[in-house]
Amino acid sequence: MTTTLTAAEQAWQLLEGLSDPEIPVITLRELGILRDVREGAAGLEVVITPTYSGCPAMGQIEDDVKAALATAGLQATVVTQLAPAWTTDWMTDAAREKLRAYGIAPPHACASEKPGAANVVQFAARGAKPEAVHCPQCGSANTTETSHFGSTACKALYRCLDCMEPFDYFKPY
Amino acid sequence: MNAPVDYLLHLADNALILGQRNAEWCGHGPILEEDIALSNNSLDLIGQARMLYQHAAAQIGKGATEDTLAYFRDVPDFRNYTLCELPHMPLMAATSAGDRDFAMTIVRNFLYSSLMVLVWDQLQNSKDAQLAAIAAKSLKEARYHLRHSRDWLVRLGDGTEVSHAKVQAALDQLLPYTQEFWSTSPQESAALANGTGIDMAALQADWNQIVDEALQEATLQRPAAGGFVPTGKQGIHSEHLGFVLAEMQSLARQHPGATW
Repeated sequence: MTTTLTAAEQAWQLLEGLSDPEIPVITLRELGILRDVREGAAGLEVVITPTYSGCPAMGQIEDDVKAALATAGLQATVVTQLAPAWTTDWMTDAAREKLRAYGIAPPHACASEKPGAANVVQFAARGAKPEAVHCPQCGSANTTETSHFGSTACKALYRCLDCMEPFDYFKPY
Repeated sequence: MNAPVDYLLHLADNALILGQRNAEWCGHGPILEEDIALSNNSLDLIGQARMLYQHAAAQIGKGATEDTLAYFRDVPDFRNYTLCELPHMPLMAATSAGDRDFAMTIVRNFLYSSLMVLVWDQLQNSKDAQLAAIAAKSLKEARYHLRHSRDWLVRLGDGTEVSHAKVQAALDQLLPYTQEFWSTSPQESAALANGTGIDMAALQADWNQIVDEALQEATLQRPAAGGFVPTGKQGIHSEHLGFVLAEMQSLARQHPGATW
């Protein structure tokens, strides 16, 4: 028996596995960038949301989406939607584990943030103790921030004081 | 409900011009990490500017795009704070790249992001839904910019004699420019009146608190502000904006419509 998929269902299947251009270990869907695929008035619409305002990967992501759909002869308009603002809280536990295995410390939660804790979304008052960022290599909490900014807009640079490895931390946003 | 175009341009121009200024450090940062930090800061600011320009362009129509707004307007059309356009040099000593002063960069980013965490927070409630969405995104970035610049402000202020003197001099020079934050402009009044903007004067006490706490921690003295109030947001700029635009716009004007 064969089931006929709608264009939107077919598009979801094609886009499900599409990975982030800068962090290929996780998919756009797991990151929360790929929001929706729907039938709009003018045909298929793929809704994406930017991570950081100036994330340079957004153009690449749009191209990747169109190219993936083109393999099945589908065409779509890519719609950028800002609200609600993207947050790392949308990342699934499975995606966080993939990041860790890849060598990137996954982000702490923003929504459940304790008052006074230091992270991107909650500015730290004087004397606030930031949550420990665990080393993705050895698991140690004995780590230190080397730089607020790292290899991409979404990451900061850390160093483990036990195994001495430098690593990226995916900033809570 | 849409915010007045001039109000969107004011917010966008602040972000674009400061983003362009901070990008001058790309390849010239005092250390690699700060080179990356300032480029990332620029990326966020230019990203914010793009969203605001796109929103403004949709209302202007007549073929306006984010690019025409960024590249084909001249000095009197720009609505940014004068603070954002000043060079990274202390007291206009010279214009060569070698005189770029990291203390000036940090103090400016600190003063501006201390304001923008408050502005974006309030603008999340704007009656302009797209502006509210842009504000919610930009707020997260402004908070991180504040964290970065504040850390450096404290490190330099409470650092060596030389770093303290440099950052105090930068503060003495830049703080008077923040008076422009609290003066009113026609576009801010119009935005406040239709519920898309905010009352800037109401933010002053909170801004003072953020600034004073950080200055105390950094062992810096707050200079008296007074006298001349800059008027950049009304299109009357310092002599420096023309040079910023000349560099930023030259490629787009020599090769209109160029893509790569």
